[in-house]
Amino acid sequence: MAKHILAALVENRPGVLARVANLFRRRSFNIDSLSVGRTQRDEMSRMTIVMESDSAEADRLVKNLYKLVDVVHVDHLHSQPSVVREMALVKVRATSDNRREVIQLCDIFRARIIDVSAESLVVEITGEEEKLENFTELVRPFGIVEMVRTGMIALGRGGHTLKDEGFKPNRSRAAARSNVL
Amino acid sequence: MSDEDAATNREAVNPEAVNPPDGGADAVVLTGAEIVCECLLHEGVDIVFGYPGGAILPTYDALTKYPQLHHVLTRHEQGASHMADGYARATGKVGVAMATSGPGATNLVTGIATAMMDSSPIVCITGQVPTGAIGSDAFQETDVTGITLPITKHNYLVTSIDELPEVMREAFHIARTGRPGPVLVDIPKDVQIQEAEFVYPTEPIQLAGYSPPKTARARQVAAALELIRKSKRPIILAGHGISMAGANEELAQLAEKAQIPIALTLLGKGAISEQHPLCLGMMGMHGGAEVNHAIQQADLLIALGMRFDDRVTGNLATYARDSRKIHVDIDPSEINKNVTVDVGIVGDLGEVLRQLLDRVERRPNEAWFDRIAEWRADSELREIVRPAEAPQHPAVPEGKLLGAQVIRDLFEFTAGGAITVTDVGQHQMWEAQYYQHERPHSLITSGGLGTMGFGLPAAIGAKMSRPDQEVWAIVGDGGFQMTMMELATAVQERVNVHIAIINNGFLGMVRQWQEFFYEERYNQTPMVNPDFCKLAEAYGIPTVRVTERGQIEEAVKASRAQTAGPTLIDFVVEKEEIVFPMVPAGADLDDMIRRPTPAEFERQQRERAAAAEVTEAETTELEAPAAAAALGSRFGV
Ligand SMILES: Cc1ncc(C[n+]2csc(CCOP(=O)(O)OP(=O)(O)O)c2C)c(N)n1
Ligand SMILES: [Mg+2]
Repeated sequence: MAKHILAALVENRPGVLARVANLFRRRSFNIDSLSVGRTQRDEMSRMTIVMESDSAEADRLVKNLYKLVDVVHVDHLHSQPSVVREMALVKVRATSDNRREVIQLCDIFRARIIDVSAESLVVEITGEEEKLENFTELVRPFGIVEMVRTGMIALGRGGHTLKDEGFKPNRSRAAARSNVL
Repeated sequence: MSDEDAATNREAVNPEAVNPPDGGADAVVLTGAEIVCECLLHEGVDIVFGYPGGAILPTYDALTKYPQLHHVLTRHEQGASHMADGYARATGKVGVAMATSGPGATNLVTGIATAMMDSSPIVCITGQVPTGAIGSDAFQETDVTGITLPITKHNYLVTSIDELPEVMREAFHIARTGRPGPVLVDIPKDVQIQEAEFVYPTEPIQLAGYSPPKTARARQVAAALELIRKSKRPIILAGHGISMAGANEELAQLAEKAQIPIALTLLGKGAISEQHPLCLGMMGMHGGAEVNHAIQQADLLIALGMRFDDRVTGNLATYARDSRKIHVDIDPSEINKNVTVDVGIVGDLGEVLRQLLDRVERRPNEAWFDRIAEWRADSELREIVRPAEAPQHPAVPEGKLLGAQVIRDLFEFTAGGAITVTDVGQHQMWEAQYYQHERPHSLITSGGLGTMGFGLPAAIGAKMSRPDQEVWAIVGDGGFQMTMMELATAVQERVNVHIAIINNGFLGMVRQWQEFFYEERYNQTPMVNPDFCKLAEAYGIPTVRVTERGQIEEAVKASRAQTAGPTLIDFVVEKEEIVFPMVPAGADLDDMIRRPTPAEFERQQRERAAAAEVTEAETTELEAPAAAAALGSRFGV
């Protein structure tokens, strides 16, 4: 078992996310996180999929993703040197008594405070998964009121990019193209 | 499917199409519905199976302007999707089904799932509520693209008339290329009504995320050749992919050149003539015992266009344990899915087999064939279907008509030349065991999904796609009643299908499981049936009832003499027959329940008689495990 990070370039057509999500469910893939967003090209979105599995399972997912007509390219970033980031917004209970302590922790983690109220702070923190885990563990004693994480996104380092050549946007389809939902 | 098939599809383009494929004519303004019809003509479609309704009405209206598109009115949309499937399987051409939104679309679902499991190329066109109403739970709205997401190769909801021609083209392209499969195109009513300038796209289809593989890598071919060269006990497992790729000749050459026996999957029947000396017959749950033994004892499996379904492997942990494995398939996701292989090759089977053929060499091993022959000799002892004049197996009840005999005789009296289309159950397995197929696409059956009700509509579709061929629908009394309303379609279209009902008054295959595994509690499997002859006669269909083996020949002759419209034979067979051999679900492939040999059978009879005396004398009950007891009562196994 290991953490596998897959990056998929998908055509920006309605329903693509549903297709991918359905694939996870139907073939019982256990996904840790999935994040979807725009890319440098309007016609394409990029999905980052993280799963805890053996490599045969990850391989099976890659092959099944390729079976989807809208999936243009899939890469196993696990085997590539890559940069991986995740962002979290954490609302921490903080009153005038302990606010300084929380702020200090944020400084150490280079997290930003983006909202302050009498009862709490909202902290924005970016980094690799481990950093986020460590930070949340340390602020947990103060009380985490609520929290949201984006799921991981990743890019290969340097010259390693996902192939999108051979992809020509479709003339009449361009108009209908909106988002992957 | 091969490119040639795609080419034939294109050649069939109707010259009366508004825009011939050479793009000679100027653009014209057409409605979305008319564009759909134009695109169908461009794809070489000649028949559409369907059922009208509100949301698809504009397209039905447009069809009146396209007499070249013959529409077949089915009696249920499930029939339409099965007919399109049968049509596709008989020729490799794409079959087309059409239905309205909501209930029309949902009725197609079973047929779509059936086509998906068996990689059959069909395109389903459904009407949808107008774009503005989508999502509002409008009258007869269902999210059919959502429903069919996991059971289509791809599907489309067309949101603008501008994308309609491209979508239609892509749909057919995706359905017929690579690993074929069903594609659904959902078209809102307003898109069918809107008008747009229609220019049939001529540039090659470019789908960035879709490029079916062709040839294998040289390194993999070399690795496969090396395994073949070194093998002592090799066996080829030939699946549906062989005939779909048109690689039948290459398969025969490979087997002959390297002297390797061939086992067939259910859908692999027809991949090579079953009369071929290297063809062993069907493998798996109801396959030949000698075939399953050979697989278990092999030192090399060469799996071609098959997917190691659980019905052919049995217990995976003990499956062909001592063998190396080569797997060739066009779908990469099949490689290492159920069975881990030594060499996985992704490519078109014809191409890959030609690559292998160039350099394959292997020294034949007579001892391997001798072993298989021994297993076969044992199977023959247990054989229940024998010529009428030969000594019969003592287990055959005197004077009773057996389903297996019906199939064996049907094979003989049709000279093995028919396209047979089966339903699902015992009769399907008897077909597979006793009807020897010679040609590709000559057995049409629902293998992967095992869909009861498939037989009659698929046979109608097959006959309409191959009017030159004799077509028999071999159906059970249970499955026939699931889609028997399509008798009316066959009559209305004057489709000359010969229907053979293997009428055992039971959901026979389920009854068999109850006998073996549920202590003979025959819950919900006996059926009170209508008089199938009277029923068919109500439709004006000529019928015969057969109750003895001696009547089969004449009945088949009479049916074959009818060359217009359907015919029906009601074969009233023994109620409580068993399909032997049987690998219980999940058991080891060579752990088969066999029919006893005559000697074993007689010994068991004696033992049973003796045991009965003991029981009577002591009035004690013999304790036995449930399954063994169930079996013991009839077979003493
Ligand atoms: C739609 C559907 N429902 C249920 C089943 C489960 N099933 C498999 S075989 C069978 C019995 C079929 O009976 P019949 O059509 O009379 O054929 P027989 O086995 O008697 O030859 C059933 C119920 C199925 N395969 N398909
Ligand atoms: Mg029956």
